[in-house]
Amino acid sequence: MFDPATITTTLAKLNALAGGLFLLTAFALVATRQVLACLRIYIAQSVLLALSAVFLGTLHGSVHLFFVAAITLASKSILIPRTLRRTVGQDIYARREISQILNVPMSLLIAVAIAFVAYAVATPLLTFSVDPYESINLPIGIAGLFLGAYTICVRREAIPQLIGILAMENGAFFAGVSIAPGLPLIAELAAAFDVMIIALVMGLLTRKIHEYMGTTTVGEMTSLREE
Amino acid sequence: MIDKIVFNVIQVMVVMAFAPLVKGTLARLKENVQSKRGPSIFQPYRDIWKLFHKDEVVSGESSWIFRFTPYIVFVTPIFVALLIPVLTGYPLFFAFMGDMLGGGFILALGGFFATLAAIDTGNPYGPMGASRTRMVGFLAEPVFMIVFFTVSFVAGSTIPYIVHKYWVTPLANFFEPSHVLLMLSFLMLIIAETGRIPVDNPSGHFELAMIDESKGLEYSGRGAALMKWGGSMKFFILCCIFLNVLVAPWGLAQTEHLWDVLLSIPLILVKIFLFLLVMVVIESSLAKLRLFRITEFLGAAFATAVAAMITKLLLM
Repeated sequence: MFDPATITTTLAKLNALAGGLFLLTAFALVATRQVLACLRIYIAQSVLLALSAVFLGTLHGSVHLFFVAAITLASKSILIPRTLRRTVGQDIYARREISQILNVPMSLLIAVAIAFVAYAVATPLLTFSVDPYESINLPIGIAGLFLGAYTICVRREAIPQLIGILAMENGAFFAGVSIAPGLPLIAELAAAFDVMIIALVMGLLTRKIHEYMGTTTVGEMTSLREE
Repeated sequence: MIDKIVFNVIQVMVVMAFAPLVKGTLARLKENVQSKRGPSIFQPYRDIWKLFHKDEVVSGESSWIFRFTPYIVFVTPIFVALLIPVLTGYPLFFAFMGDMLGGGFILALGGFFATLAAIDTGNPYGPMGASRTRMVGFLAEPVFMIVFFTVSFVAGSTIPYIVHKYWVTPLANFFEPSHVLLMLSFLMLIIAETGRIPVDNPSGHFELAMIDESKGLEYSGRGAALMKWGGSMKFFILCCIFLNVLVAPWGLAQTEHLWDVLLSIPLILVKIFLFLLVMVVIESSLAKLRLFRITEFLGAAFATAVAAMITKLLLM
């Protein structure tokens, strides 16, 4: 029952499952209306990223990816959400409806199309790979990247746009853990720290915008104002 | 050969006998969650029994479709029950008569006639419910198609008896992303098709907000009994397809002994009970969606099904 081959295939399947659910959370970020739900989906996405790193770490026998998973869990599922909730006022999270440029079914259909584009982009790259796990992580990571960018385009609220940027970073990492399992730890740490700072700065910026304008619907701020 | 025909008949009897029980249990559990005592789980049997002994009133304006529909709604789930694995893990006598797509068409036939009958009497609420059911139906159709294509693409077959073996042999296949995402998407589809809470409130009695229930308002007596029974059998059948083909193909009879087949009856009931617990959690924790938000719900189901297909393509 527990021979190495079975364990390897099961782990590969579990990694693929984490990938599938990662794609699902990327879709969910496009479609969710509530700001707080967006943040929770982002946390779930980061946990899936960490899980994928753990599975790949076990498969490759690399301790390194476990550190990546630990850093991801600590920074993205605990520290960044905390920073965002501290810096940005509570009343933004209490808001239920997010105005979107397109309606939800439409943007979901576009998101599905984007996922297929990501698949088409990644397939030629995969012909050079020797690693069987890249075939799941690379396309889904690229899809996460594109869908994060799409989230930024389609949302009008500041916080979901920020989460879109963070989701893009997640997508890049998701591809990264399979492409470069031996990336130096210092690079991972630097990236995680960068993302923390981005979240902090943008959270503070959002707070300022909220203080001056009384709203965070940045999509509707189209002209500069002199004071 | 004779065995397999007998088992097939037993299977249909099980579906007919226990379908109202499932409906009654679900209603009872929902009331219990709201800390009420709720009706007995055998209440649907009493309702059906009572309705069979009442006189039937048929509008003089209605045509043959109205009289004919209860029989179609009652018979179509029975036909599907011949095709799908309810008790046994191996194909029975009629299993190759139709595949999953065939089963879907047969169930859709019942829905089609129920819609026509709702329009037939000229009751203003009937056509409203009918058109809403069609709206939900055509939004659910692409999801059903993608789910069906992905299932048959993954398992290499459209016969449910072959599909459900694929997910557990070897067990690692159970964790395949396409499988998990398909389960999610099919669950959303069941909720939409049977009119459960985020999409429709089955226990609501406000005609303007009804989707599914308002189609049967004009029926009385035997017609109403058959409609009720048929509706609960449809729910039972969908549960069986979901549980036995997609989620948990365990506990099915593997040998051709009569005892083995009889033993699988309580097992499927236990599985459906567990599924009902999940349904109760879903139904009690979510609010009913506004009518035009249903597109978003089914859009999410569609995106999930497509994600299942994409991850399958990646693993090829």
